[in-house]
Amino acid sequence: MSTTGKVVAINGNMVSVKADGNVIMNEVGYILNGDKRLKAEVIRIRGEVAQLQVFEQTRGIGVGDEVNFSGEMLAVELGPGLLGQIYDGLQNPLPELAEKTGFFLERGVYLEALSRTKQWSFKPSVSIGDKVNAGDYLGVVPEGPYEHKVMVPFNLREEYIVKAVVSEGSYTVSEKIVEAEDSRGGKKSFTMFFEWPVKRPITLYEERLKPVEPMVSKVRLMDTFFPVAKGGTYCIPGPFGAGKTVLQQITSRHAEVDIVIIAACGERAGEVVETLKEFPELIDPKTGKSLMERTIIISNTSSMPVASREASVYTAVTLGEYYRQMGLDVLLLADSTSRWAQAMREMSGRLEEIPGEEAFPAYLESSIAAFYERAGIVRLNDGNIGSVTIGGTVSPAGGNFEEPVTQATLKVVGAFHGLSRERSDARKYPAIHPTESWSKYNGIMPVDHVKYAHDILARSGEIEAMMKVVGEEGTSLQDYIIFQKGEFLDVVYFQQNSFDPVDAAVTPERQKKVFAQILLLLATELNFGDKEEARRWFYQMRQKYLDYNGAEWRSDSFKNYEKEIADILQAKSLGTDKRAASILEDLKK
Amino acid sequence: MSKVYSKIESIAGNVIIVKADGVRYGDLAQITTSFGTSLAEVIKLDNELVSLQVFAGSRGISTGDEVRFLGKSMQISYSESLLGRVFNGSGEPRDKGPRLSENLISIGGPSFNPAKRIIPRNMVRTGIPMIDLFNTLVESQKLPIFSISGEPYNEVLARIALQAEVDLIILGGMGLKYDDYLYFKETLEDGGALSRSILFIHTAADPVVESLMVPDISLAVAEKFALDGRKVLVLLTDMTNFADAMKEIAITQEQVPSNRGYPGDLYSQLASRYEKAVDIEGAGSITILAVTTMPGDDVTHPVPDNTGYITEGQYYLRNGRIEPFGSLSRLKQQVNDRTREDHRPLMDGMIKIYAAYKEALEKQSMGFQMTEWDEKLIKYGELFEKEMMDLTVNIPLEEALDNGWKILSACFEKEETGLRSSLIEKFWPADSLKSKAGQE
Ligand SMILES: Nc1ncnc2c1ncn2[C@@H]1O[C@H](COP(=O)(O)OP(=O)(O)OP(=O)(O)O)[C@@H](O)[C@H]1O
Ligand SMILES: [Mg+2]
Repeated sequence: MSTTGKVVAINGNMVSVKADGNVIMNEVGYILNGDKRLKAEVIRIRGEVAQLQVFEQTRGIGVGDEVNFSGEMLAVELGPGLLGQIYDGLQNPLPELAEKTGFFLERGVYLEALSRTKQWSFKPSVSIGDKVNAGDYLGVVPEGPYEHKVMVPFNLREEYIVKAVVSEGSYTVSEKIVEAEDSRGGKKSFTMFFEWPVKRPITLYEERLKPVEPMVSKVRLMDTFFPVAKGGTYCIPGPFGAGKTVLQQITSRHAEVDIVIIAACGERAGEVVETLKEFPELIDPKTGKSLMERTIIISNTSSMPVASREASVYTAVTLGEYYRQMGLDVLLLADSTSRWAQAMREMSGRLEEIPGEEAFPAYLESSIAAFYERAGIVRLNDGNIGSVTIGGTVSPAGGNFEEPVTQATLKVVGAFHGLSRERSDARKYPAIHPTESWSKYNGIMPVDHVKYAHDILARSGEIEAMMKVVGEEGTSLQDYIIFQKGEFLDVVYFQQNSFDPVDAAVTPERQKKVFAQILLLLATELNFGDKEEARRWFYQMRQKYLDYNGAEWRSDSFKNYEKEIADILQAKSLGTDKRAASILEDLKK
Repeated sequence: MSKVYSKIESIAGNVIIVKADGVRYGDLAQITTSFGTSLAEVIKLDNELVSLQVFAGSRGISTGDEVRFLGKSMQISYSESLLGRVFNGSGEPRDKGPRLSENLISIGGPSFNPAKRIIPRNMVRTGIPMIDLFNTLVESQKLPIFSISGEPYNEVLARIALQAEVDLIILGGMGLKYDDYLYFKETLEDGGALSRSILFIHTAADPVVESLMVPDISLAVAEKFALDGRKVLVLLTDMTNFADAMKEIAITQEQVPSNRGYPGDLYSQLASRYEKAVDIEGAGSITILAVTTMPGDDVTHPVPDNTGYITEGQYYLRNGRIEPFGSLSRLKQQVNDRTREDHRPLMDGMIKIYAAYKEALEKQSMGFQMTEWDEKLIKYGELFEKEMMDLTVNIPLEEALDNGWKILSACFEKEETGLRSSLIEKFWPADSLKSKAGQE
């Protein structure tokens, strides 16, 4: 018999319940309120009183209300039909909810995440007598652009012998497809879906590998300068309005991965809608199908209940790990991890835990680390490789990175794309700070090439700072040219117009081509009579590059601009920097 | 159901505790004191101990005063009779009109299903170039004005309210100066808009806690009207007062503050209000324009900071002008591709050059030699401030765009503008215009 209890106290979204039996930490309980059952999760147990965070508004709950404990931890459904969905933080499908309750999210309405009526054409890959373990493939169904692998539930510890398999054909996710027996003759039947508790990482792989292969985003500044590797982690901290969400949105469109999971965690609902409405119309060049078919949206926006916001990032990463088990590359974009951290803080406050810095709980750091640790590139038991890459935005209070969430995140991620208020104010998008950001991964360009450009940029920055003190007149022509080179690199390469159809996504091929030309310019000693001439020349060059960046790859105008650019450069060239000799040699190849 | 208790266990700040049963979280109670009656809301339940937040404040409450539970949470009447009326923060009439009690609706209702939202698509024209051209306001947007006290933010709110083509204006005042309240009333009246306005006014003289209900009441009413097909503009001024009231309650409740005394849920609290802004498919919409005053002109102060993370941009009002830096409309790109093809590039391009002008100014102030380029920038900056930033300028977007090109051509050579050549060919004014703008 399952445990029941009665509400004894309510404080915000935390409810204390006196239980009449055993209670499991993190199990789900339902508070019976009128005709509603309100979902909640046990987050602390003290004697016979359990404290639950309620995934709903608590208005109307009273002392004495009855509570049913489920005995199950908070879990998600894993199976075909996840792609293209939009769920709330607890995996309720939002469009289906809307069909049921209209414009508003009613309390206590929970729907199945996977359709029980949709037919999938299943093709078995096991036969009678085969031995199977947790995570092994039982067969495949086509799902969007991919072959969805139907797997043995991840929580089974025994080895099973297949006793019966359905023939190839159409089945719903809840129909039995395989019957099996364990070594003691215990019977088990498998369907196409199963549940998994969200706060447990899925680790059914052979080994974790080092992330080395670049995850191409088609954002120049990322791919060329601050790359992210498949299976790696990165963060985008930045003050409000600096461009975190836009950067994630363009990444979610253009990234070269198999599946993108967008976790809109405590941010604006309107931002999700853009994705929701636009993706079905956009074609993924890789698969030829709509972008929505490779996307899952977990949308627990800022006015939705805080406790499910806390759960939402775990829901998202669990779905990511599930598809990784099929040998796919998954990118999880979480916006914003600060809202998730704040959800933890709110709960911690209600539990009256001893607060740490800025009232965040003491376990903030370990929670953040554990979340990012769920990323990774892995070799699966069948030898295939799958990955989950995690990119999280951080919304630091006051835009100051010296705050607990940013600091805890920086300790664990492999790349840091720090957005700067100065750059976004000056409309220099993407506003990734070109000197403060860093990455520990290798990108699409040779390291020494990138370093050469970066050194010029750093030097240009120094000269600019100096010029603020001594004025332009106190700066040598030589230095002034270096300053202009840095500015040039910034304007034509770092800055990228995400609303321009061509410039928004730049393939690695094009990045390599353009970057090679820019390197040549940076390495060229230029012949100018005075600063004014230099300035004019650089402005002219910039203008050419802006037009060039907007020209269709390999179109006639693209080639024309290329030629003009080369000519303008040639006309002022006095030869090249000796230190760049080997780089220029590379480029010729 | 209405139970009466007459033993108050404790009083601290504006929170009182009574022993009672059968009470539900969020219920209202009425407290009768020798000074009159006040509403109170249940904010915590612990076995039989009920904590109540008293809207009129606890000053003068006696432990023997009577507490009557109403068995329901806060509600407000919804009907056409609200139009033209003025109420206080508890929804009681502030004008001489009758109390309204028909068709009661709950406040602080559930959140809009994200899957039912649509992409905002209509520009709200204001006649202010810094808004229309550079940071277009969009129907269903939520957007605050950031400023220090003393700036004409209420004037800007009123001006936009009168100029915008909306069906209904709801003004939620929190800690409003009495003079400002009268100003709004008069301006709406003079503009012929009072009969399509509803005012929920909490003034600086009213008990602080009473301001807490103002956003919820205003937005609940707005939501109903929007569902009934109206385009509603909600003005909330000043949200910093609202946040301060929350801070006061949190401190009395001995909550651990997260930042400068504000509670850890400040973000969620503000978001649940602002997220009420919506464009409803097949019905009306809610647009929210708010005021957030920044204590000490500090945008990193928790209230403007959290607000900025929630709203869809902000207008910085400083020295009587909307600043180009820091001001942002995040929805502008939903509409400014359908206005005129030069809208977007001019918007970005002109701001970039204005940033360069600021640098030139700095150089000038440090006494450095000004180059030819710097001189051009200075000329540009001055024209920009006069033609674009001055709040007395009141022109349609198209005229503002034309002015933009005039300013550019008066100051620069074509390739110095950083704009694409194809656009320049199309929009660059002929020379006659150039000299004309130059003389202005
Ligand atoms: N790459 C870009 N190109 C052009 N405009 C941009 C770009 N990035 C951001 N912007 C502009 O800045 C606005 C704010 O960007 P965004 O919403 O991404 O900020 P954010 O960092 O996510 O802010 P918040 O923390 O408040 O959510 C956008 O609406 C857009 O107008
Ligand atoms: Mg954002």
